[in-house]
Amino acid sequence: MSFFGSLATVSFYAVLVGVLAVAILTVTTRNLFHAAIFLAFTLLGVALIYFFLHAEFLAGVQILLYVGAIMTLVIFAIMLTAKIGDPSMPQSNHQRLPAFVGLAILSFILIPAILKMPWKTEDAFQTTNAVQIGKALMGEFVFPFEVISLVLLVALIGAIVVSRSDQ
Amino acid sequence: MVTHPILIPLFPLASFIVITFFGKWFKEKSAWIAILASAASCFISLKAIAQVIHGTTFYQSFVWLTINQIPLEFGISIDPLAAMMLFVVTFVGTLIVIYSTGYMHDDLRYPRFFAYLSLFLFSMLGLVLSSTLVQMYLFWELVGLCSYFLIGFWFEKKSAAEAGRKAFITNRIGDIGFFLGIATFFYATRTVRFADIQPELIHAHAGSLVLSISALLLFCGAVGKSAQFPLHVWLPDAMEGPTPVSALIHAATMVAAGIYLVARLFPLFHALPHVSEVVAVIGTITAFGAAFFALTQLDIKKVLAYSTISQLGYMMAALGVGGMTAGAFHLMTHAFFKALLFLGAGSVIHGTGVQDMREMGGLRKSMPITFWTFAVATVAIAGIPPLSGFWSKDEILTSAFESDHLIIFWILIMTAAMTSFYMFRLFFLTFFGKTRSHSHPHESPLVMTIPLSILAIGSAVIGLPGSPWMHHWFQNFLSTHPEELHMNSFVMTISIATSVFGLAAAFMFYIINPAIPERFAKKNWFLYAASQNKLWIDEIYQATFIRWFKQIANIAFKFDAEVVDRTVNEVGLKTVLVSRIKNWVDQYIVDGLVNLTGWLTRKISAVLRLFQTGYIHNYLFVLLLGILIIVYSILNT
Amino acid sequence: MSIPLTHLLVFTTLLFLVGLYGVLTRRNAVGILISIEIMLNAVNINFVAFGSTLKTSPDLGQVFVIFIIVLAAATAAVGLAIVLAIYRNQKTIYMDEIDLLKW
Repeated sequence: MSFFGSLATVSFYAVLVGVLAVAILTVTTRNLFHAAIFLAFTLLGVALIYFFLHAEFLAGVQILLYVGAIMTLVIFAIMLTAKIGDPSMPQSNHQRLPAFVGLAILSFILIPAILKMPWKTEDAFQTTNAVQIGKALMGEFVFPFEVISLVLLVALIGAIVVSRSDQ
Repeated sequence: MVTHPILIPLFPLASFIVITFFGKWFKEKSAWIAILASAASCFISLKAIAQVIHGTTFYQSFVWLTINQIPLEFGISIDPLAAMMLFVVTFVGTLIVIYSTGYMHDDLRYPRFFAYLSLFLFSMLGLVLSSTLVQMYLFWELVGLCSYFLIGFWFEKKSAAEAGRKAFITNRIGDIGFFLGIATFFYATRTVRFADIQPELIHAHAGSLVLSISALLLFCGAVGKSAQFPLHVWLPDAMEGPTPVSALIHAATMVAAGIYLVARLFPLFHALPHVSEVVAVIGTITAFGAAFFALTQLDIKKVLAYSTISQLGYMMAALGVGGMTAGAFHLMTHAFFKALLFLGAGSVIHGTGVQDMREMGGLRKSMPITFWTFAVATVAIAGIPPLSGFWSKDEILTSAFESDHLIIFWILIMTAAMTSFYMFRLFFLTFFGKTRSHSHPHESPLVMTIPLSILAIGSAVIGLPGSPWMHHWFQNFLSTHPEELHMNSFVMTISIATSVFGLAAAFMFYIINPAIPERFAKKNWFLYAASQNKLWIDEIYQATFIRWFKQIANIAFKFDAEVVDRTVNEVGLKTVLVSRIKNWVDQYIVDGLVNLTGWLTRKISAVLRLFQTGYIHNYLFVLLLGILIIVYSILNT
Repeated sequence: MSIPLTHLLVFTTLLFLVGLYGVLTRRNAVGILISIEIMLNAVNINFVAFGSTLKTSPDLGQVFVIFIIVLAAATAAVGLAIVLAIYRNQKTIYMDEIDLLKW
């Protein structure tokens, strides 16, 4: 393997580990603000993984939508609802241990299954680009595309209705 | 032409039913129904008898049921013997029913008496007409039942009620033998029809022990019904009943049923010499013993009762020594003069109001018709020719003389002497001498004296058809091969001599020198006491059998009271206990179960409620668990 | 540079489980939503990985990812609106103080 190839592999695995670590931080930190920041970093890390997987368009979409829009939304919500200045409150409830145990069991079931499964992989790494995705969206997947738009519309309207104050 | 001989017993039966149900409306006129019925029966019987005389015999039967392919018949059979019985029963019976209207005139239960009389006539006629042993047994029992009713007719009197019971029970003892006899006879010969009992059938089973036993047992029935020794004790007590009852049942008809049975079964008895011997011996003992008791009795009816027993003994002895026609002949003549004697005694009792002969006397002036008819009867029974009693008694004596048992002959001769003596004693005491009664005796009404007269004519002449003057027409009529029929002059002379001897002795004792009886009695005080107390047979029975049976009955009663009642009480207590347990069960267990269900539901729901925390993260956790399970199961299949 | 599929899959599984842990554990409602976002992202990576390595067309994979992202946005919007409504009503967004579903 070439130098850049090996560098790429090593950095890829580093990114993987990093994303995992930040995700763990997200879910365990007491401060909600910190959780939001860490989420942003997690999403950025995921975008990076997309880059590594030759899904550049998707990385762009991820950054735009997730990091841009959704994070904004989350931070707005935090601002509006959090009791500011009380990070001493425990952020997690009594289910810590049972959840951990259950998830550990689940992981011990799933991961060996994944490892044992004979994946029928192609030899070459398939890639696509924005043009093809666009064509697919408007061509093969036009129907789900339209439905998704509708769902989005309905969700936004619903959100507005639900969050409206009663005056 | 008589086409339906079944009408003969049916008329009295109809009379019985009508009087029983409608007696309250008819009251005094119930007697007319009974008289009409019995007269109608008599009329049809006479027609049937005329036909039998001309040679035809009746036989109508139907099969009632079959036992092991052997049919059991019920039917009507009229042969010469039955025809003679029909004549006796219906003719004498009708006269007695007419007589009863006068005798029972003031009785409270007047209609009921005639109902019972009709029922009795029905039963007796049914018995006579029976074609099988079983059918005869049925009517035999019925006749005994009627006898019980009629003897105890005045049941307010304790002695009458007890006499009825005694008659029934004594009869019953004989009937057990009769029934066992039928059973063993059937076992031996596989038939119960009278028509089958011919000499051929008997010879086929000759020498069979079972047959002899059955004959003896059948004879037991006759012993009970015809008051032979040792079952004679009921007949004297039966005098508690009204006198017409005594005349009809205990003189002419019912007691003759036993004789009739033995005569019917004559081929059977004749072929078994040992059984015949037993029959003859018992008959002779009865004849002699009863005559001995009659010598000293003071009640007019009791004398006649013992006389009846004695004459029945004569008939039985005749059958025993082989003189079937002689016995049957005597049955017919005896029916007439004995019925006449009883009715005459009834007339005397009706006129004087007493039964004790010491209070009678000199009645021949105040009751002339009764006197003359009674005279005819007394002469007849004493056996003085040419009246009927002589011919029949002579036949019997001849049969006894010509059998191998001469001793029976001599005993019967002695009995004849006693018979003559005690009958004339009765006659003289009642009708002659000074009037000793305290009331004013008067003659009886016409309804009573006319039957007396008719019976007197009968007693006089009814013997003639069997006499040599008519060539023994009667004996030939009765049997196809009768026994040797010739008049034995030796026997005739002796019998006339004994009768006259008895008359003379009575005359001397009671007319010429009335003091003789007392002297005689004092000298032979033991014999006198034995005679008057009937050899204390009743007392012996009372002290032994009756006492034993009473003890057994007592034990049975105690057992019943103790064990049975104890059991019932225990059952009651156990039921209470069970109900208590059930109550407890119901309260604690059943209700407990119900409560338990409720309690369990509450407890479980309390646990399950905890699942509903309301916290979403709990629900999500459960979701995770579900996912775990699903994944695990998918991955493991 | 070819990354084995299984490595990717293991990674996405772990990321998913982390997100799930957060959903189960977090007291704050918004915290739960954040954890949901993490889960969705893990799934997205899965899709892309499958699209690239298996016989399925990569178009399909990536288009699907776009759809999921859109739906995640919708979810976040509606969810946060609800959180706001609950906050206004109960004056709290801590999930273990909201037990209106309790009997």
